[in-house]
Amino acid sequence: MPALQDTRVKELKEIARRVRIHIVRSTHSAGSGHPGGSLSATDILTALYFQVMNHRPDEPHWDNRDRLVLSKGHCAPALYGVLAEAGYFPVDELTSLRQLGSRLQGHPDMRKTPGVDVSTGSLGQGLSIACGMALAAKLDRRSYRVFTICGDGEMQSGQIWEAAMFASHQKLDNLIVFVDRNNLQIDGSTEDVVSVEPLVSKWKAFGWNVKEIDGHDMEDIVHSIDMMKEIHGAPSVLIAHTIKGKGVPFMEGSLAFHGKAADDEQLGVALEALGGDS
Amino acid sequence: MWEMAEQRDAYGKVLVELGRQRDDIVVLGADLCGSCKIKDFGMEFPERFFNVGIAEQNLMGISAGLAASGKTVFASTFAVFATGRAYDQIRQSIAYPKLNVKIVATHAGITVGGDGASHQMLEDIALMRVLPNVNIVAPADYIETAKATRVIAETEGPIYVRLGRSNVPTITQEDDPFEMGVSTMLVDGTDVTLIGTGIMVSRCLKAAKILEKKHDIEARVINMSTIKPLDEEAIVKAAKDTGGVVTAEEHVVSQGMGSGISQVLSESYHVPMKRVGIPNVFGESGGSEELMDKYGLTAEHIVESAHDVISRR
Repeated sequence: MPALQDTRVKELKEIARRVRIHIVRSTHSAGSGHPGGSLSATDILTALYFQVMNHRPDEPHWDNRDRLVLSKGHCAPALYGVLAEAGYFPVDELTSLRQLGSRLQGHPDMRKTPGVDVSTGSLGQGLSIACGMALAAKLDRRSYRVFTICGDGEMQSGQIWEAAMFASHQKLDNLIVFVDRNNLQIDGSTEDVVSVEPLVSKWKAFGWNVKEIDGHDMEDIVHSIDMMKEIHGAPSVLIAHTIKGKGVPFMEGSLAFHGKAADDEQLGVALEALGGDS
Repeated sequence: MWEMAEQRDAYGKVLVELGRQRDDIVVLGADLCGSCKIKDFGMEFPERFFNVGIAEQNLMGISAGLAASGKTVFASTFAVFATGRAYDQIRQSIAYPKLNVKIVATHAGITVGGDGASHQMLEDIALMRVLPNVNIVAPADYIETAKATRVIAETEGPIYVRLGRSNVPTITQEDDPFEMGVSTMLVDGTDVTLIGTGIMVSRCLKAAKILEKKHDIEARVINMSTIKPLDEEAIVKAAKDTGGVVTAEEHVVSQGMGSGISQVLSESYHVPMKRVGIPNVFGESGGSEELMDKYGLTAEHIVESAHDVISRR
């Protein structure tokens, strides 16, 4: 498989930078939301929508599009930022996040937002939905893939493991899951709340192909997906090591910004750290 | 008297017919596929049949994903697990995005019998009634279950279907119409109205006979096979024509069909009412008929309730 060109990596990083600005701005404008986990998933989402997935922003319901299930639905600001950059709706609309009458609900709504493949928000449910979509692709003999992004705290949810068992039983090799391993959930470190480790051996025991990656390294993300696409007969999971709040120094590794937006002063600091207004 | 047949047999039989007619129909179960009578579909269409194991949350999520990809999905398990265990999955993954999933639950109600309270789902109408976008069908017998299964396959959106376990009297005819949201008047009358759903419709018919023969009271009997949306027009008309309403259901009275009917009448047309059903308690082990007697789900109790309503008019 061809390595990603340096110029392409630069382009992807530039898009991810703009998405991070959208996340900080939109949550600031809403006065609430979840910037921390949105920022940790930004590079994965950017790589998916701008390098990996087959999709058509001018035809959001195209039958053979690759699907994305944002199982960690509270990170909608990252998904919206990427979808706006891809052209599903105007970038200007991002600051309507969480406002009355907005198409951009606090958690993803497939009936309201162009480009959102499925409604999520109650944690632990996305992987089951992704299994259904992957099964439908097999039934219809279509070539599309289903990508899913789960939070690491979600690994505490029993339904994830119901779905994990089912996906390998059904040999859903058109399903690729990311676990956004930023180590934090709203009440603290995942390992303090209820330990989710050892993650790699858990997924292996459930019959999945497992690879650990740097969730902020575009080449690693894209290359690892390419590798997983070559494996037939079993679903794949990429344990993506990430930093909560990535890109905004005062949010990095901070529990406080799991579910809190930047205030006016913090917005300025964040935008400066992200290299400007847009 | 009436012939007896199981509703779930009708469901399983029609599913196979539908499978032959339409390749978008996919059926899912959760390790109770034999009990839910969906195995025949699985035998004939193994590629469109998925047993997800004892994992009802996953059952609803996978159903949602299939429906979001264009499939018409039938998901079946016992009513207690479908609506209780997987309530949040139905709410978040099916109802909110309004996906085309038919949750056809069997073993609803106290007639489950010997298994006892853990398996006797008496609150499912309540749970599904409050969910936006979800409609509810509770057929009265074998024939109506077959019709309902065909109709819901043609009706877009989430639908909950409530079926029992036991043999129930076949009281409707092949050529009776069945339409979502439309009740049927089985007996006309002007003195009081008896509205039943599911297994209680046959008991309303029995009660009407007793009222006519022993008490010279002409009761109207309505089969309310769609619980949501309720046939408000027929309810209000019955109240106006007869001046009193008795409802009967194999479900807790606190938030069932009778509650819905009382809400309609309290806002539209006041008449004395009585709701026959199970008080807000858990069930227990016993024979189906013994339990129906103990909890007052009898024709005799409907007769008493009709007298009570008439006396308060």
